[in-house]
Amino acid sequence: MWTYILRRALYSIPILLGVNLITFLLFFMVNTPDDMARIQLGAKHVTQADIHTWKEEKGYNKPLFINTNQSGSAILTDTIFYQKSIPLFQLDFGHSDSGRNINKDIAQRMWPSLALAIPSFIIALITNIVFAMWMVMLLGTKLERMSLIFTVALMSISGLFYIIIGQKIVAGMWHWFPVSGYQSGFESWRFVMLPVLIGVVAGLGSGVRWYRSIFLEEINKPYVNTARAKGLSEQQVLFKHVLKNAMIPILTGVVVIIPSLFMGSLIMESFFSIPGLGSYTIDAINSQDFAIVRAMVFLGSILYIVGLLLTDISYTWVDPRVKFK
Amino acid sequence: MTFVWLWTDFLLWVLFALSMVAVVKIRGNELLLQKWQKIFAQPLALSAFIIFTFYILIGLSDSIHFRLDNNTTTYSVLDRVLLPALEAEEKTYSTPLNFEQFSKEYLDNGLRGRVHLNLVSDEITNAGDNNKNLLAISVNALLYAAVIFIAFILVLLKFTSVKIRRNRSVLVTIFTLMFFCVWVVLLMPNYHILGTDKAGIDVFYKAVKSIRTGMVFGLLTTLLALPPAIILGLMAGYFKGKTDDVIQYIYTTINAIPGILLIAALVLILQVYMDEHASDYASALERSDLKLLLLCMILALTSWTGLCRLIRAETLKLSELEFVQAAKVFGISNIKILFNHLMPNIMHLVLISIVLDFSGLVLIEAVLSYVGVGVDATTMSWGNMINAARLELSTDPVVWWPLASSFIFMFILVLSANLFADRVRQVFDPKGDEDA
Repeated sequence: MWTYILRRALYSIPILLGVNLITFLLFFMVNTPDDMARIQLGAKHVTQADIHTWKEEKGYNKPLFINTNQSGSAILTDTIFYQKSIPLFQLDFGHSDSGRNINKDIAQRMWPSLALAIPSFIIALITNIVFAMWMVMLLGTKLERMSLIFTVALMSISGLFYIIIGQKIVAGMWHWFPVSGYQSGFESWRFVMLPVLIGVVAGLGSGVRWYRSIFLEEINKPYVNTARAKGLSEQQVLFKHVLKNAMIPILTGVVVIIPSLFMGSLIMESFFSIPGLGSYTIDAINSQDFAIVRAMVFLGSILYIVGLLLTDISYTWVDPRVKFK
Repeated sequence: MTFVWLWTDFLLWVLFALSMVAVVKIRGNELLLQKWQKIFAQPLALSAFIIFTFYILIGLSDSIHFRLDNNTTTYSVLDRVLLPALEAEEKTYSTPLNFEQFSKEYLDNGLRGRVHLNLVSDEITNAGDNNKNLLAISVNALLYAAVIFIAFILVLLKFTSVKIRRNRSVLVTIFTLMFFCVWVVLLMPNYHILGTDKAGIDVFYKAVKSIRTGMVFGLLTTLLALPPAIILGLMAGYFKGKTDDVIQYIYTTINAIPGILLIAALVLILQVYMDEHASDYASALERSDLKLLLLCMILALTSWTGLCRLIRAETLKLSELEFVQAAKVFGISNIKILFNHLMPNIMHLVLISIVLDFSGLVLIEAVLSYVGVGVDATTMSWGNMINAARLELSTDPVVWWPLASSFIFMFILVLSANLFADRVRQVFDPKGDEDA
């Protein structure tokens, strides 16, 4: 098993290299360091000398890929590409364009993000599965058809609607929760409750439909008939047999996003002023801080690849038929 | 009068022409025709399709731009239809169908009161008159709509063999649409149907104009994503080996980058580029249109991977089948096998993905505008409307109508698209649950 995991991990290296190359092309070639300097220094009345000092400060004053002024291996290493890529692989994100330490920021901001993302993920998972099971139980009835249309309606509503209306009514008018803000430690639950609730409701429509389609594929298999013929109750059939067998498709979709929970939710966090990584990214986008956006893109890719790896590993737990080749 | 062709106009009409060709092809193909008949046999899907088509028609009428000879403004056909709403400029907020402004201010006579709206006839001076007038217009609209509807039914019965009983819900949809149209036409010259926004611009006009933006987003993005998805998917599945490895590597890498961040990064870069080359564009309209198109391209760049993977998997299976092996033995060239033999067999995946992606893309436009990486600020879109309306909710009394209008317009489009997509998937997906 370990050789298998190692092989999968090795396979992710070229992907990370590719991600790095793409982000580099985007952030340094399409948008040259000169452009960045102009944005950071405030577009108008910037002299070439100002730009030069800014680039020197940030280490953007080297050639992009090949430095012809150097000799030996420095031809390749004394370039922006090398200097800016290697630290990324060591998970050292350096300093933002406005001079803040990105690693420190991430270490500090990951906790609010996790406080929001983990409960949202778990509660949504359970609610979606339970509702989907319930709909499968009602298969063929009028109630099932109605709730199917209802889920379509739920997923046709813009996510922004749930957030804006939820914030306005539940927090603004009924005062059940604070409208926005965050407090670290145990008190955080009061601030996290509403965004979690809204997140679960907003994802309910598409979530339930996704699980339902998985269960429907299982429900016609022979083992379900056997279980029913044995005289098991419908609940037992569904929650014991169907759920277990549906684990593989569920895991494929679910495990891959677990590491990405770390990144936080862009929209939720900025609406509810939760100082997590999501709002960090949004702020960076709005202030056009390319160093932070680049760091977050790279971090997100790493987490996605970790997710793929975890998916592969998780198969071994639920499906003994899976062999490592 | 000179016509002005924007890039998105051109592409939308190309798309329209393509779908017309597709309709002709479907009519000639017995098997496909049967499937489509099955789709429309479900009243819910037919109703959804009618509403969807209605939106599309509005969007298309907003995609013919022209400039009048004595004028520098560019109008679309839709602008001319909505001209009363477009030209009536009020000073600030007013609630839907009201005759006076939302907030009080000092009038000419020195007293505090609400200013009478320019668009509404001066004879209406109090709420009672206003309600009476609205009721009269609504009753008129109902009568006209009923007359048109009955004529429509008679024509339908005369020339087709449609069963009225079976399609009651469809007829209700058609009647509602007719009533809505007549009502709007009658109200338009005299009222701001959905009120006015902060700058005194008609909210109904803005919401209707946003249809085109949503449509461009939903349709052009998929159109642009199709060629790479189909070609690379087919190649990976058919040639296997090295080609497959490379293509798989490309889409896994793109997938690994968080979608919204990739989009945000690309849009930021685009913004910087466009700001620097601001003088290259003939008009603000053309610039914002180009930005819309580039935004679609960016979204297409991040969204083709899903379909590509599906097509690859399907092609892998298909290329083992006898008809492909036979084609190979006959010495038919690879390109011909790919496009004449394999492509028709994956088109159901393409169709399902087009209809399923549409609604998601329309919804994502609003999110992108909120994040600050959406369409140009001068483009009318639901996202921009929602974005602008966020602050209005915290005022007291609440200014709710711009937000509500954009959500409702968006909801109806997305809902009808989703319901229709559901049916299409049911009929075309071999794995689909064909219960209804």
